[in-house]
Amino acid sequence: MDMHRRQFFRVSAAGLVGSSLVAMGFSPAAALAETRAFKLASATVTRSICPYCSVSCGMLIYKLGDGAKNAKNHVIHVEGDPDNPVSRGSLCPKGAGVMDMINSPGRVKYPSVREAGSKEWKRISWDEALTRVAKHMKADRDANFQTKNDAGTTVNRWTTTGFLMCSSSSNESSYLTVKVARGLGMVGIDTQARV
Amino acid sequence: MTNSWTDIKNADLIIVMGGNAAEAHPVGFKWVVEAMQKRKARLISVDPRFNRTSALADLYAPIRNGTDIAFLGGVINWLLSNDKIHHDYVKFNTDATFLTKPGFDLKDGIFSGYDAAKRKYDKSTWGYQMGEDGYVKVDETLQDPLCVYQQLKKHYSRYTPEMVSKICGTPQDKFLKICEMLGEMSAPDKTSTICYALGWTQHTVGSQNIRTMAMIQLLLGNMGRPGGGVNALRGHSNVQGVTDMNAYAEVFSGYLSAPTDNDDTYEKYLKRCTPKPMRPNQFNYWSNFPRFFNSLMKSYYGKAATPESNFCYDWVPKLAGGFDVLHMFELMHQGKMNGFLAQGFNPLATVPNKNKLSAALSKLKYLVIIDPLESETGDFWQNYGEFNDVKPEAIQTEVFRLPSTCFAEEEGSLTNSSRVAIWKERAVDPPGEAKTDSEIMALLFMKLRAMYAKDGGAFPDAVLNLAWDYAQPLEPSASELLREINGKALADVLAPADPANPGAPRAVLVKAGQQVPGFAMLRDDGSTACGNWLYSGCWSEAGNLTARRGLDDPSGLGVFQHFGFAWPANRRILYNRASADKDGKPWAPNKKYEYWNGKAWTGPDVPDMRPNAAPEENVGSFIMNPEGVARLHAIGMAEGPFPEHYEPFETPIGVNPLHPDNPLAISNPAARVFKGDLEAFGKKEEFPYSATTYRLTEHFHTWTKHARLNAITQPEAFVEISEELAKEKGLKHGDRVKVSSNRGHIITKAVVTKRIKPFAVNGQQVHLVGIPFHWGFKGQTKNGYIANTLTPFVGDANSQTPESKAFLVNIEKV
Repeated sequence: MDMHRRQFFRVSAAGLVGSSLVAMGFSPAAALAETRAFKLASATVTRSICPYCSVSCGMLIYKLGDGAKNAKNHVIHVEGDPDNPVSRGSLCPKGAGVMDMINSPGRVKYPSVREAGSKEWKRISWDEALTRVAKHMKADRDANFQTKNDAGTTVNRWTTTGFLMCSSSSNESSYLTVKVARGLGMVGIDTQARV
Repeated sequence: MTNSWTDIKNADLIIVMGGNAAEAHPVGFKWVVEAMQKRKARLISVDPRFNRTSALADLYAPIRNGTDIAFLGGVINWLLSNDKIHHDYVKFNTDATFLTKPGFDLKDGIFSGYDAAKRKYDKSTWGYQMGEDGYVKVDETLQDPLCVYQQLKKHYSRYTPEMVSKICGTPQDKFLKICEMLGEMSAPDKTSTICYALGWTQHTVGSQNIRTMAMIQLLLGNMGRPGGGVNALRGHSNVQGVTDMNAYAEVFSGYLSAPTDNDDTYEKYLKRCTPKPMRPNQFNYWSNFPRFFNSLMKSYYGKAATPESNFCYDWVPKLAGGFDVLHMFELMHQGKMNGFLAQGFNPLATVPNKNKLSAALSKLKYLVIIDPLESETGDFWQNYGEFNDVKPEAIQTEVFRLPSTCFAEEEGSLTNSSRVAIWKERAVDPPGEAKTDSEIMALLFMKLRAMYAKDGGAFPDAVLNLAWDYAQPLEPSASELLREINGKALADVLAPADPANPGAPRAVLVKAGQQVPGFAMLRDDGSTACGNWLYSGCWSEAGNLTARRGLDDPSGLGVFQHFGFAWPANRRILYNRASADKDGKPWAPNKKYEYWNGKAWTGPDVPDMRPNAAPEENVGSFIMNPEGVARLHAIGMAEGPFPEHYEPFETPIGVNPLHPDNPLAISNPAARVFKGDLEAFGKKEEFPYSATTYRLTEHFHTWTKHARLNAITQPEAFVEISEELAKEKGLKHGDRVKVSSNRGHIITKAVVTKRIKPFAVNGQQVHLVGIPFHWGFKGQTKNGYIANTLTPFVGDANSQTPESKAFLVNIEKV
């Protein structure tokens, strides 16, 4: 008999419930009607890729929430994607724990600032945060931008602000981040590939 | 990786060295196990620790950390002395026959042209002799003492098994057994592969570690062939892609060399970057440099980039010396940097010498942390008792913390170690107000651009003209960015004029507005734009090829041509023309891959060769090199064209046994050492034990400590020491110990293990202290010291990757 794993679980669970209930005098049909579907069956599955090492294992992320506008979705389960030719459904102990990273209490949820000399974080709005950062960047760039070097060669560079970029970010966001940094004239650019 | 994860299954021998794939890349390691089970491949593990890769290996050999070149140089010597090389392959695919210059020399561990004051080489005596025809002179007989083959033989003749054992502490019988096993792989019907990781890169001789192994693979005839190659098992899921997208100072997208102050004109820059072929008939792929660079400038500066404006060459920032992370922190430490942004990067815990980093960050005016998780760097100003003993009131840095999405909350592509870009969908909404990195950058840039438009400021042209044609300028989508990366035709791309009929109308290859099908269609006249030539073809008119999920593997060799998109050109094994002999025939029937069928190159992969280049045209397999062959003698390297063993900057033996009388040749003579850091190196008298950092299978860097499940499995920091060292120091398993280097100390627990044994080196015993580096003062694990408090602030002479894998410490009970 050719059966998927999930079908197998469903059949065997139903069989177990059915047989024990029959022994107690109930009919199997009634018992089957009582069997609850797996929670995963009502979850939405999205294919993803493990964020940790460069094997980049395929992942299936299960979330609750039906996708409706105001339904808050939530990851309830992550497993390996058997249709990834490299990982073939496997995850290592790092990847297997990824749900706890997504849902970690250590997640940063709001922009905040630590003022000079302060001992605490203060929550601020995105607009305030980005306006203040942009002002800092512009002030530093305007004060220290080099158009020419001592030999008179056009160099158009900004050396006094640096940028470390993320090796778990997507190709697209890396490309855009670099484009912005170079566009501003930054030369201090690096990523985890270095270390 | 030159090959791929799935290709490892085609190997007859796998050597894991400078890495520990079974623990750090467990799922990728299954392809090693597959090769062992299905084709009886053998596995060799060479490591300072008997790790879990060693536990599965047919042969394990211990090696003192930081001595890999001595070991591998010994292998080269053995292969050449015992004539266990793949002769036809070496002659056809390497520079073995090329003649080197008569002035080239190595004396007392220093190559010709050294300037001790600058710690740099004048390379004019390195490299090949050029003939009057403009091509390199060769000796097909390999007898000329100046030919690379003879020079190589001479250079490594000093690396005898006795010397290897003296430097590395590897027992001679084990070393010789490994030489024999590797030697068998010189047969045309055998291939072996190497899997390495940061155990090779994090040394002041890191690049040369890898080069030495690449040379072995060339001598054995293993490059460009199934089951062969040099395979870097890389770190993060997209460390490959982010490197390709030029998120580091020295290059632009697709490894286009960035301009420096010496490139004062556009013409000079193009001339420097566009090489001429060094042998007749060579492909010399970098001759296309102007097409790639000009197309990138079209993506960056749009309409402003024209032939008349030199494609805005002057707008591009010229590199002012090195700007790697060590150099940036050095400038910061000197007070020469005012601002710093860190996106998903935790340098305080990742970069060496935490105390120096902390002092440097304290001098900044502003610091911006963009991260999904709270990091030690973001909280560097906060007092965490002994783990981060700082005074917040004394630190005047303004710190902004911006919440970004994690992988599951954004769509886009990641490029794995096999160079395969794979698309993922957004799975779930981000928590709170977190935004994607792209959105954060767009919002920030739009604010800056508006300020420059309104108030002006320093050089506003580049800021105001940066091409930003996104449907939603405040939130560019991953799909339109990947299309930009792929490139498109801005005007009709025409076929070259037919020489026989120059007046005839030229065929339209790509219509204006269409996505280009690959980098061959890129032009240097401004008619194409392309954000990264290497990825060209990933989103053609056929759609998003990174989102393909095909599992067909018709050859059975693990070549999944319809799964994602491998750069370049969807090629799964680089330099695969070398999988066939000079005449285009497979080297052996069981190793058939790409071959010449009489009319074209064919096989399961995309050929790494012009498809109609008949073997008699003599186009070499290594098309990216102007030589057309791979280099055994490479002048691009900072510390010498042939790798030489140098001790780590903190050496436990204080001498280079190859050059005992030359203090200049103890450690890498060309490595950059900042003022003040030389003094911060420890000496063996005070810090007698050799230390290395590494990863555990349950944790990923300082990231997974935020995940409860991982925190449960490995909750607390520790160091590993041998039973012998424990006895010597009166330590027991579980004792609290203080481990100190010349830069600081950590207090942690001792794990006493049989996995580590002292090395017998140069007539003395050297103990190893193993330091997993996953802990810090944020997250779900027990708070602890940052291991990188101990590591030295010095990098590889070529890549500036810090020497975290070999340094000196002391250990005491507390």
